[in-house]
Order: sequence, then C-alpha cells, then structure tokens
Amino acid sequence: MRDTFVKTMIEIAKSNPDIQLITGDLGFGVLKPFWEQCPDQFTNAGIAEQNMTSVAAGMALEGKTVFTYSIGNFPTLRCLEQIRNDCAYHKGNVKIVCVGGGFVYGSLGMSHHATEDIAIMRALPGVAVVCPADLVEAEEATKAIANYPGTVYLRLGRGGEKRIHEKIDNFKIGKAIKVQDGEQVAIFSTGAIYEEIRDALPVLKKNGINPAVYTFPTVKPIDKEVITKYAQDFDLIVTCEEHNVVGGFGSAVAEIMAEIPTKANLLKMGIEDTYCSAVGNQKYLRRFNRLDSKSIAERILNKLNEE
Amino acid sequence: MGQNTVKSSEQLAWLIRRHGVEMTHLSGGSHLGAILSVADIMGVLYAEILRYNPEHPRWEGRDRFILSKGHAGASVYAALAESGFFPVDELKTHYQNGSRLSGHVSHHLPGVDLSTGSLGHGLGVGAGMAYSLKKDARTERVFVVMGDGECNEGSVWEAALFANHFRLNNLIAVIDHNHMQSLDFNENTLEIEDFASKWKAFGWDVIEIDGNNHHELRKAFSIAGQSPEHKPTVIIANTIKGKGVSFMQNDILWHYRFPHDGWEYDTAVTELLASKPEGIEDPYTPDGIELPTLPKETDDINNDHTFSYTWKPISYPEKMRRVEATPGSSEREHKL
Repeated sequence: MRDTFVKTMIEIAKSNPDIQLITGDLGFGVLKPFWEQCPDQFTNAGIAEQNMTSVAAGMALEGKTVFTYSIGNFPTLRCLEQIRNDCAYHKGNVKIVCVGGGFVYGSLGMSHHATEDIAIMRALPGVAVVCPADLVEAEEATKAIANYPGTVYLRLGRGGEKRIHEKIDNFKIGKAIKVQDGEQVAIFSTGAIYEEIRDALPVLKKNGINPAVYTFPTVKPIDKEVITKYAQDFDLIVTCEEHNVVGGFGSAVAEIMAEIPTKANLLKMGIEDTYCSAVGNQKYLRRFNRLDSKSIAERILNKLNEE
Repeated sequence: MGQNTVKSSEQLAWLIRRHGVEMTHLSGGSHLGAILSVADIMGVLYAEILRYNPEHPRWEGRDRFILSKGHAGASVYAALAESGFFPVDELKTHYQNGSRLSGHVSHHLPGVDLSTGSLGHGLGVGAGMAYSLKKDARTERVFVVMGDGECNEGSVWEAALFANHFRLNNLIAVIDHNHMQSLDFNENTLEIEDFASKWKAFGWDVIEIDGNNHHELRKAFSIAGQSPEHKPTVIIANTIKGKGVSFMQNDILWHYRFPHDGWEYDTAVTELLASKPEGIEDPYTPDGIELPTLPKETDDINNDHTFSYTWKPISYPEKMRRVEATPGSSEREHKL
C-alpha cells in the first residue's frame, strides 16, 4: 500500500508543483523514488513530528498542499495538538499519512500499534479520516485527498496488500464502496482488515449466509446513506476494524444507527479496549484479538444464532 | 515599514500598554505582565519593521508575524487596531461574549496569520512559512515572538534544529526574555541560562539586547538575517515583566491579576500617563483620573509575590531554587 501511495504521490506531485511531502525521518527503501523524481518537493524534517506538523501547517498557510509521512502513531498522537491547533483549526491543506495502521508493525510492540488513531483523528473537527482497504483504494484515496480541502488523515496498511477491487468508478471522499450485494447481514469494514472479511465470506456462505459487503475508505465524513439503508432493511450490521472498538469506525456507524429507526442489530468487531502486549506479526495479533477471518465468521454466526 | 501607521514606535508601545491595562481591567483578563513586557517589541515591529497593508491584510508581500506567546494577545490586538486593521473601539470587547478578540491570539481577525495559545507552536509554523517562502524565492520575512518560559517546550528546539538545517535566514525569532514564567523565575523552574549559548549551539545567529529599549530593538532588527551563512536569527530581548507600571514589575502576581477598580487601576493609569509620549492621546482617560484612589498602607502593593507565594511558607521544593532575585529588579544571584 505504501508503494502504491508513493507511486501515486509522484504522479500527482509532477502535475502539481504545490504538492510537498515531508517525512519524519522514515521511509527507508520506500520514499526514494519520490525524492529522486521530485527533489524540490521532498523534505526530511528529522525525528521531530511536532515540528514536522507545524512546518506543514506553515507551508499550507503559504499555499502548499503538504503531506506529512511517518509510521504508526508518530504522525498523529505524537503531534496531536499541532494537528488540532495549527492544521485543522486553520483549515490547512495538510494530509497526514500513517503507514502501519492497526497491527502492521505487530512484532515491534505496543508503541508501534496504531489502534486508537481513527477515534482520535475523527474527533477533530474538520479532519477527514481515510482508511483504504487495498491498493486500488489507496491510489484513489491519495489522489482524492490531494484535491480535498483542509486537513486529512490517511491511514495506510503496509506493503504487500492485494488488489481487492478490480477498479473503482467514481471514488469519492465520504462514499462507501460496494463489494457485493447480499441479504439479511451487511458487513462494513474500513482499512486493510477487509482481507480478513474476504476470507470469511466462503465460511459464511457454507453456513447459508450471503452478506452484503461494503468497504468504507472514509470513516469521516461517513456514508450515512449506505448505513441508513442497511440499518433499515437488514437484520444485522457488522462493523470490522483493526482498531479499538471505542470511538472508531464501529462507533461512527453506531452513532448514525442510534439516531434513526432501525431494524438491524449491530455487531462491532475491533480490539476490545485493550493494549496488546502479545508479541507477533499482524496475522498473529489479528487472530489473538479475534479479528482473523475464522473468528470473524464465527462471531457473525454466533450473533445470528443468538437472535 | 508600517506604511499605514503614523505613530512612532514609542507612541505605539505606550498605546499597547494603555490598551493592555484597559482591556484586562474591563475583561478581568490575565497576563498583563506579559503584555507590558512585550509592548516595546511589538511597538517597534508594527511601527517600523513589519511590512503590511491593513487594507489588504492577506497581501502576499506582507511580512508574516506570529505571536507565539499567545497569552499576550492583547498586545497584538492593540498593535493591529492602532495600525488600522480594525477599529480601536473593538479592543474593548476583549474576552467578551460574541467578541472576535479571544484572550489568546485568534486568526479570525484581520492581520493575524496564526492562532496561538498553546506554547511551542509558533516557531515551527513560522519555520514552515519561511521555508515555503524561500522555496518560492520570495523576499518576505517571518517574525515569531516567543516567551522565554515557552522555550521549556521541546517543540521549540525541534523547530530550532529545522530552521538552522534549512538555513532559514528569512526567519527572525524574538524572545521576550522577562525571566519569569507561570510560578516563578525561569531560573527556578527549568534553568535556561546560558540562553544565548543554547541558541548558538543550535546554529542560530544570536543578538542579545535590552528588549525594552527601542534603539537597541531597531538596531537588532536592522542586522537580523544578514548572516553570510544564511542562519536564522534569534533576538534575545531582555525585558522586565510588567514594564511600565512600577508595582507590576517583576512580580508574578501580575501574570494573572487584572487591575481592579480602585487603586490598582487608578495608580496604573496615572503612572502610565506620566510617561506618555507627545503627540498621542490616552484613548480612555484623556485628562487623567481626577482624584485617583491611592494604595493604602494595608494594600498589597510592592510586595514580593513570586517568593512570598511560591516559596513562603516553606512549601515549594527547595531543589527548584537556582536563583535569588529581588522583586522590581533584574539583578540575579545565581546559586550553584
């Protein structure tokens, strides 16, 4: 996903000289093509995320569209107040890019698990939160946020994700993307965890469940229309995110559902409000937190059996 | 030059002080000590140094200005109003419901580039502006006024590294070094001396001056940014907190307290009037206060609130103490 991001960045930077990319001293082996091809649009701000973010705000106030780049929680939580006061409050064209949403850096330990970022960034007024599920969404999202006014958070996965969507027509910030139609159950997910949903689908099918499936590359603004439709027509809405269940994507869906008459129940799947001290790679930690395809299928079937 | 102000720096600085007293008096607002200490820096900048156009606040050719010590917001509001950006009358709405003039600096006012209030943000944003201006080969400069207590913030030093690395000689930081912060003197909080050496070690050109002296301020601004190595410049402006009103000087009480009705307001105004430069009017009490209330013997005036409040009775941890200082004086005795 990060390579797709960089490839797309090169493309848009070449066509728009006001695009700037600042890294917090990360991106070894990733950002090289960018700095080679767009040297005047690249800056390494060093291991100093607060200043990186303030600098980005200052450049944005001078008319630039500035992407800040780092991994895990460093471009968000480390410099949260700079994002709030300097970028978002001034409607600065700053696009905050995190590589490694969720458990991408699983084995590196808790410091590197970005598992509250969606909730925290979503709480900032005027900040759009964008979490692509695959390479196609990542490319479309990168292009879209470059042209989207104001401060945006782009939460990427790692390298090595697969293409899920063949292509996306008319990608729009704020719109969910339909993967398949279905009945009774609708599964909504945001970010790279979609790959686990995809692998859960055959198990569900074997058990006679044919869910509607959507990815939500945008958590904020959220696609109220899709949520409303399925909340009113279906029996169960399942949300899935590689993130704490508190305040994130599932909460965003719950907020919509709480204010309308609904037929559907809600099953929120995420990390159960805990830090993860288990050591292991992304796959392992997903399984540990019951966010792997097998657990996802089981939890949906159990929920349906309860009803 | 501030082509739209006909005031001298001395006149403007005096008006900033007078507005500061009135604005905090009317609103019950804080930070008058900081407003008074920074008034001369602001006066010189807005009367003589900054390029701006109040008719077109976002004019591309303006110098950028950030008051990073946003708690001294009244000083920039007063400077802007007196320079024609908005009516002087609006200053009276400071802190009031429905006002545009929040206690800390707001960019929802013409002439303000950046909202501040949380310390340690301004230098980084200023560095971003300066960096961007350089990339576009523009000649405007960026001025950031900071507090000395603000330099406790690590983000200041991140920005200092960045500005030097990218040789931002169009960035000029001014530190209102009044030697006091929230609870005590800087030196009894986090020791910052030798302050100039710290900035030098971070690669900056350093100019140390008396920051309440307009001649020294002018001279510093005239040589700032001239470094052949393209270094950013910091002007360490040694000031006195509460400067201009004797009983507020070097007393931490006036970081918080506003001049109350009675002797506090009357004495401050009367004292300021005595130092008013020729050619301007006091906008609030043009004829002075006829029968000013004077402090009585029992009133709390000229007492040392820094040491009395913070240190006495013996409650403040002794290990914080690195300096002995006398209220009203800038003399310090450094302890080991």
